[in-house]
Amino acid sequence: MSYAVKTLSQGNRELIAFRIGDQEFCVNIMYVREIRGWTQATPMPHAPAYMMGVINLRGVVLPIVDLAARLGMRVADPTARHVIIVAQVGSRLVGLLVEAVSDILTITEENIQPVPEISSDLEKQYARGILAIEKRMICLIELDALFPEKESEAA
Amino acid sequence: MDMNEIKEIFFQECEEQLAELESGLLKLNDGDRDPETVNAVFRAVHSIKGGAGAFGLDDLVAFAHVFETTLDCVRSNKLEPGPEVLKVMLKSADVLADLVTASRDGGGVEESRTRTLVKELEALAHGEMPSASHDAPKPAAKPAPAAAPKAEAPKPTDDSGFQPIPFTFDDFGGDEETVIEGSTFEVTFKPRRDLYAKGNEAALLLRDLSRVGEMSINCDTSTLPALDKMDPEGSYFGWTASVKTTKSEEDVRAVFEFAEWDCDLEVKLQEATSSDEELPMIPVPFDLSALDDATDGNLTDEAKASEDDASAAVAAAETASSIARAAGAAARAERKDTAAAAAQNNAAASAAGAGQTIRVDLDRVDRLINLVGELVINQAMLSQSVIENDATGTSAVNMGLEELQQLTREIQDSVMAIRAQPVKPVFQRMSRIVREVADMVGKSIRLVTEGENTEVDKTVIDKLAEPLTHMIRNAVDHGIETPEKREAAGKDPEGTIKLTAKHRSGRILIELQDDGAGINRERVKQKAIDNDLITADANLSDEEIDNLIFAPGFSTADKISDISGRGVGMDVVKRSIQALGGRINISSRPGLGSTFTMSLPLTLAVLDGMVVTVAGQTLVVPLTAIVETLQPEASSIHSFGANQRLISIRNSFCPLVDVGRILNFRATQANPVEGVALLVESEGGGQRALMVDAIQGQRQVVIKSLEANYTHVPGIAAATILGDGRVALILDVDAVVAASRGQSLRAEMSLAATG
Repeated sequence: MSYAVKTLSQGNRELIAFRIGDQEFCVNIMYVREIRGWTQATPMPHAPAYMMGVINLRGVVLPIVDLAARLGMRVADPTARHVIIVAQVGSRLVGLLVEAVSDILTITEENIQPVPEISSDLEKQYARGILAIEKRMICLIELDALFPEKESEAA
Repeated sequence: MDMNEIKEIFFQECEEQLAELESGLLKLNDGDRDPETVNAVFRAVHSIKGGAGAFGLDDLVAFAHVFETTLDCVRSNKLEPGPEVLKVMLKSADVLADLVTASRDGGGVEESRTRTLVKELEALAHGEMPSASHDAPKPAAKPAPAAAPKAEAPKPTDDSGFQPIPFTFDDFGGDEETVIEGSTFEVTFKPRRDLYAKGNEAALLLRDLSRVGEMSINCDTSTLPALDKMDPEGSYFGWTASVKTTKSEEDVRAVFEFAEWDCDLEVKLQEATSSDEELPMIPVPFDLSALDDATDGNLTDEAKASEDDASAAVAAAETASSIARAAGAAARAERKDTAAAAAQNNAAASAAGAGQTIRVDLDRVDRLINLVGELVINQAMLSQSVIENDATGTSAVNMGLEELQQLTREIQDSVMAIRAQPVKPVFQRMSRIVREVADMVGKSIRLVTEGENTEVDKTVIDKLAEPLTHMIRNAVDHGIETPEKREAAGKDPEGTIKLTAKHRSGRILIELQDDGAGINRERVKQKAIDNDLITADANLSDEEIDNLIFAPGFSTADKISDISGRGVGMDVVKRSIQALGGRINISSRPGLGSTFTMSLPLTLAVLDGMVVTVAGQTLVVPLTAIVETLQPEASSIHSFGANQRLISIRNSFCPLVDVGRILNFRATQANPVEGVALLVESEGGGQRALMVDAIQGQRQVVIKSLEANYTHVPGIAAATILGDGRVALILDVDAVVAASRGQSLRAEMSLAATG
């Protein structure tokens, strides 16, 4: 914790970067509770397409969201190599299905570039900024915007 | 521990005391005249008063004090606890409960209510029976001279911080005349062993008594047994004191205020003229040699341990004239032994009481229950994988697993038992509702409860109160007739409502029975027709008519009253019972009354379910909903309209519902012949045949919330985790059935009529 406090005081942020298709995204590491392998989820009736279903996370019923589908990309076909990022959004736990976790980044606010003016509403809604790291482009996602407290209304 | 925590404990205790108070009063109401019951009631009010004083809850203290005073009259047999008196007392208990709630949650209690009751209580304490006269405003309270000394009365053992509030009520008027200058009281004080066990000292009490007035005392050692028969922890001494004082009997009694339940206390006013002649109140020197002889003769080795007591006892007798010292020694001696066997004593005391209990935060219990649920699932997973990898089934691992299974089951049952609570508090709340509503509608009704110690999960109890309240109100308002009507029908003008709880085959059965007029089927039917619930020519059996009262939007009361009949009637009750996984039924006999029967699960944490497969998915159907299962034959499936299908079961037709289709698991309807039909009973009494692909088996499953991390899913009640570690969904049968008929009630009712 003292480490986190120290980095925060220096204006540093730690982000966890992951890959979906050929794009890279990252979220604030403070959201992430754990990362685990893919297991078959139980589908939910009347659920939106991005909702893969629920799994048992040590007794907790955890909904799994196909992040690719949620971001409006192609629906993923999960394999054993996919991973689930268990994130705490508000009071809820949600599992994010991604292809792979690639990196943990330590950045400062100055590294974050604003999102260019583009037409897609979805990108405007979730993208908080863009990072340029070693010639890669990583999109910073705000999970609070992606999963508002009232999930039912969004769905 | 800060003040708020202490206060919270006080309020928790208040609730217990209030429950005690109410049950005591109800016992008295039933004709119980056991002085212990009266004492219990008094004690409850007294404890609330004491605690409230410590927290400066003046309203509460003021009311409790008046209440206590009146109760004291009952206790001292000055007031006969007749029905009229108890009516006032029960009302006072209600107000006291409201005051406690108001003190805890803020807000207030209508002052007029409190004031009226205070007047009635005072009138009772005065010896007036409740009548119209006491409603007249009393003359401005006179500064009662008798009240003042009461406030000054020594309260030696009062460590609760209770501040006596001087009252200007003239409720001590009755005693006033008896307090003559220099009256003499004869006080007989015989402590029981409990007095010492609770840390009171006879010596201190006697010393305080001596401060009340001029006192002479006599120690009665006649019950002291021979040393070899003596119980070292027993209490054998009694004291007879004669106190000459200007104070009242109240003040003399006040000395023993906190010890009076643990001693035999008698306070008698002596005629000043005859006292000296009649009773030898002068200290009598003891013939100590007699005592010595007795002890010497019997002093054996095994009795040596008691020697201290003997000498203390002798000392006490010897110096009977200087009571403070003597009794102190006696008390010390007895207390020493008490301390030595404190644990033993506590155990004995609690065994006599209600058994030992601890307060535990509900969250902790819930956490434990969750963990045990995990353990059960884990054990099932382990068994499954062992069985898969071991075909022989005879290895030591298997044996061990079986034992583990039994152990986990046992742990689960025990943990569930922690949450189990008697239904008593809910039943007690009902008696208040009966009282209030009966008062409002001018009926006279008695509530009889049975099996109130039946235990059920706390969540079930919490959720039971609301539907039960509703039903009780209904029973009082509609079920029981007015006294005039009852008399005309040759019944006891006082109506009876009977509330029973019992266990039956792993469920709790709650019955609410009234001896009213029963259901007026003609009117119910007419009303249902008027409200478009059934068609005018529908041919319904008596039972079907009775069950119409559970239909939404049905209310038979001609007039919409405050109490019941706002149109949100029994359908709400039925829905909340069903939400608990229960069922409700009514049976009614015209002129004799109606009986509502509710059957509820003992816990909401686990559920007996049938594990089924639907479109490749595993689902759990609550066993309580399933009436029967059957394998449909092609000949019994009948198409009905465009895409409806009916199944004929013993010559009646039942709509077939494809679960997979409703839940959107598949796009087309499955072939019914390839699956299994589960005949379910749903809300409204109609039956449906749910089509599933296959039945896997029957299992007890641990209920997991879906809402915690996801959202409510229509058609799904909750989730669970099966032996293979995967999540399975628990089907919400009622929602599925409702979806299958598009919430059309008219169709439901006409179908109910046909089948």
